[in-house]
Amino acid sequence: MTNKITIEPVTRVEGHGKVTIHLDDNKQVTDAKLHIVEFRGFERFIQGRPFWEVPVTIQRLCGICPVSHHLAAAKAMDIIVGVDKLTPTAEKMRRLMHYGQMFQSHALHFFHLCSPDLLFGFDADVAIRNVIGVAEKFPELAVQGVMMRKYGQEIIKMTAGKKIHGTGAIPGGINKNLSIEERDTLLKELDQQIEWSKGALKIAKDYTVEHLELAKEFANFDSNHLTLIREDGAMDLYHGNLRAIDKDGNKIFDQVNYQGYHEYIAEEVRDWSYMKFPFIKSIGNEDGWYRVGPLARVNACDFIDTPVAEEARKEFMAVTNGKPNNLSLGYHWTRMIELVHSIEKIKELLNDSDLQGEDLVLKGERREEAVGLIEAPRGTLFHHYKVNENDQVTMCNLIVSTTSNNEPMNRAVSGVAKKYLSGVEITEGLLNHVEVAIRAYDPCLSCATHALGRMPLEVKVVDCAGNVLDKKSTN
Amino acid sequence: MNEASTILLIGYGNPGRLDDGLGPALADAIEAKRIPGVTVDSNYQLSVEDADAIARHNIVLFVDADVQGREPFWFGRVEPKKEVSFSSHSISPEALMDMANNLLEGETRGYILGIRGYEFNEFGERLSAKASANLAAAVQFVEKAIAEKEFDQYTSVYKNA
Repeated sequence: MTNKITIEPVTRVEGHGKVTIHLDDNKQVTDAKLHIVEFRGFERFIQGRPFWEVPVTIQRLCGICPVSHHLAAAKAMDIIVGVDKLTPTAEKMRRLMHYGQMFQSHALHFFHLCSPDLLFGFDADVAIRNVIGVAEKFPELAVQGVMMRKYGQEIIKMTAGKKIHGTGAIPGGINKNLSIEERDTLLKELDQQIEWSKGALKIAKDYTVEHLELAKEFANFDSNHLTLIREDGAMDLYHGNLRAIDKDGNKIFDQVNYQGYHEYIAEEVRDWSYMKFPFIKSIGNEDGWYRVGPLARVNACDFIDTPVAEEARKEFMAVTNGKPNNLSLGYHWTRMIELVHSIEKIKELLNDSDLQGEDLVLKGERREEAVGLIEAPRGTLFHHYKVNENDQVTMCNLIVSTTSNNEPMNRAVSGVAKKYLSGVEITEGLLNHVEVAIRAYDPCLSCATHALGRMPLEVKVVDCAGNVLDKKSTN
Repeated sequence: MNEASTILLIGYGNPGRLDDGLGPALADAIEAKRIPGVTVDSNYQLSVEDADAIARHNIVLFVDADVQGREPFWFGRVEPKKEVSFSSHSISPEALMDMANNLLEGETRGYILGIRGYEFNEFGERLSAKASANLAAAVQFVEKAIAEKEFDQYTSVYKNA
């Protein structure tokens, strides 16, 4: 008899994930699968629309990181209108928008999801180990989280035009620069934001260093890593070429122009999941899967071009003697390295007068096919389009970050289940550790609709006949 | 309450998902009326930084689509409540009220307007016919309540089923 344990968030519409843990006859875990319901219909929704509309329309896909989709689509449409290099003002405005997005997203994840685990420990009472507990015991940290998120959103508003349906990036450039008044508003709070970011980095680093043995046992597995990289090997979250490394840091490919990504990356369909499983073609689907996101980016880059983040990167890499760090919990530390990097880049940009330039848009010779790539907060984001002579999109293929992290998240959940499941009863401990493993990757659950309701995480134990043997919820 | 007050209206939802866009649609309609003392905001979903804006106003009115419940809309109070979310993807009005009033020391009264929607499962930038009618009724109600500066009396009139 086969038993299944299902961990399922309740949602009204779609865009949810659930975890199914498979047991053998001896009640031992054989496998665990994370199901993320991805709404593939969006790629069809885009077909037939005029290409210049896509950078705005595509934001409907995701209410979590609309800026990343906005910029990835705009980068593709730059190519469609024949522009390979933007004006300095356009590129720097887009970068400012992107670093603002990265900053607010990483801050939100850290203060509201990760910090309770790090400040109270994984085994602390769940009644305390949550954002409310943080707010009560560390109110200054909770306020910092709100204010850092707000600061990032202000940057987005000033560069994209508005928080919802931003229009800042257009094919070939941008539609506004940053006024002196806007710049000065952001500069006023900058030093405080930098200090708070350093504080968050310290919390993440100290926890990992102090709990290294736990981190090594928790959802730890070797993997390949994929990221955009600058020509000189520096981390670049906005633009570059593709680099993939293996678990030891050997380059699988490097400085690949992402217009030809499909020659290096393929997507596998598995019958139990709506979400595809991308892999590196030269290695094959069995072993070619890879991680993306903060851990992959820090592991794969040669250096970071901002001083505080670079110092932090060196400290992080020293833990594994310069080799890639394959700890799932390493995502927290690297996410905070990127938080600091983002605010350092924001400072650099705000002090650059190119942001007040007037040369905003370029045009070139029309093309029919283009790929836009960006390092979104959760990892590499691929946008691929074909456009016909009537300016209509005829093909759209997206590989979102969570799709690339699909196999790693399955591995993480499987590892946790094998270690923490005892019998068929869903304990708080099991539920919490599965959550911690998933949270490390900060998956986008594609919840593009948010009608009234809540999304708790539920756990169900189901036997082979479909009977529910046990059921628990996180709230 | 009858004294002069500042009101924050937050309409949230995804306008690209049919009736899920009811909240932003109501926000657009109220913003177009440029009512003094009323700040209008809209977004795909509520976010933690909204707590700061809420703490700076006397009253906050959350507006969202609802997949079930009273037609054409329901209206009620939102009391602060400590809630924990599984992901960074959502935060409830109650949790935001708690952050605004207890963490950021606001003294804000919260209300919620749930407008009944019917179609959510496809992509599309339009409201269903029935949702559009419900939106019109909700806009009329919000305009009236703001003009009267009186909200509590309506919580029983439009109580959710």
